[in-house]
Amino acid sequence: MNLELQSVVKEYGSQRALDSLDLSIPDTSCLALIGPSGGGKSTTLRLLAGLEAPTSGSIRINGQEIGQNEAERRAYRSRIGVVFQSYNLFPHFDALTNIALPLEKVHGLSQADARSKAESLLEQFQLADHASKKPAELSGGQNQRVAIARAIAPDPDIVFLDEPTSALDPEMTAEVIDAIETLIEAKKRLVLATHQMGFARRAADTVALIAEGKRVEVGPSAQVIDSPQTERGQTFLNACLKF
Amino acid sequence: MPFKSLLFSPDASGAAEPPIKARYTSFFIAALILSLALYGSFAALQYQWNWASAFRYKLKFLEGWITTLQISFVSLFFAMAAGTLSVLCGRARFLPLRYLSTLYVELIRGTPLLVQIFLFYYVIADAANVQNRYFVGVSIMAIFSGAYISEILRAGIEGVGKSQLLSAKAIGFTEYQTFRYVIAPQALRSSLPALAGQTANIIKDSSLLSVIAISEFTLNAKEVNAITYSSFESFFPLAIGYLILTLPIMRLSRVIENRLRFDT
Repeated sequence: MNLELQSVVKEYGSQRALDSLDLSIPDTSCLALIGPSGGGKSTTLRLLAGLEAPTSGSIRINGQEIGQNEAERRAYRSRIGVVFQSYNLFPHFDALTNIALPLEKVHGLSQADARSKAESLLEQFQLADHASKKPAELSGGQNQRVAIARAIAPDPDIVFLDEPTSALDPEMTAEVIDAIETLIEAKKRLVLATHQMGFARRAADTVALIAEGKRVEVGPSAQVIDSPQTERGQTFLNACLKF
Repeated sequence: MPFKSLLFSPDASGAAEPPIKARYTSFFIAALILSLALYGSFAALQYQWNWASAFRYKLKFLEGWITTLQISFVSLFFAMAAGTLSVLCGRARFLPLRYLSTLYVELIRGTPLLVQIFLFYYVIADAANVQNRYFVGVSIMAIFSGAYISEILRAGIEGVGKSQLLSAKAIGFTEYQTFRYVIAPQALRSSLPALAGQTANIIKDSSLLSVIAISEFTLNAKEVNAITYSSFESFFPLAIGYLILTLPIMRLSRVIENRLRFDT
């Protein structure tokens, strides 16, 4: 896929989260957004996922503007998948319904088809035994895998993952990373914001380092992470690798 | 010391439940203190009890109690409808509807029920030429309680987390779908304890309808008083009659609250 951000500004009240961000990535199948917390990587991901509109600037994916108004953005969002840091599953539905409901209500599958598709996805992520459990009865890692299953259920063009392992302990992180790696093997297009440098280096082909609302570095993942060219990139990555 | 454990909670926060013996003993002591205080007050009055005369009117009590139950039930139904409508109007795109909802909630909650009853009965119902006082009574209770239900539901809706809305957005739900499948079920669940409490309020508040001569529980008790020249013999059954209805409802409200706490 091809991503093109041109002087994108995003303001929340008087807070400027993105300060004229330019990002041009001609061809990537898995892009990792890295950088300090509050530096703008999650904001970038939300804008790319059409969850919010930029204050100004243009965002193009595969040459297409992602939507001028809410109706267009909603149509765009129904073609992508999003996974959040804290899973954001619906607590009043069981795992199966969390996956099946959007298939039925947004993508027009029959209830039976939606549920059987959800079942096969749960099986794929080793969650078949947990189909009728609610999020409160599942572990963080299990919830995040349900959330990943929900995101990929409608066969989206791109899956966006916003710090998918940041709320998890190391064991659960490993099981979620395994799940994400099956998506990469299945040739899904991914954009993920992450603090896991090792994972970003291994999984992503391209890395964009964003700090203070601006692009710091963009390039092949190994190059950006192993030998950052800018001073800002070096301080950030040194801090990451220190521990 | 075993005696101390009968009267004191094992911890300060109240999270741990005291042992069953302690609960019974302490409840008994509290009830005893209350009874003694009541008994003392009545002893000071030197009141001549005459239960026999009040007992002759037991059917009148029962009729009134049933009327209160009926009025409360029908009022609850329409109050839920009014509250739901008001909370939906409060979220409407069309701004005058929003202000209509705000005015309704603020005016009703800001004035005493008694004033509303008089105003509605002697002015509005009279102007509209409505003769059936039961219809008027139910309407007043529904309008009054609807304002409180509207606030309960609004709090429930606003309590649904931002992350839930973001999630609904991310899977491509429309505004209606988000409300129908994400906001409404969660808001209703978290509002249930307060709604149960409001049901108890309707039952108690309906006693004020006695001022417009609706033969509900309170009015009938007052009438028994007047006929038998007694005073307390009919107020005691009155209090107990209300408690029979409100105590289980408040208990239910507690149970729902506890269950919801464990669910999330």
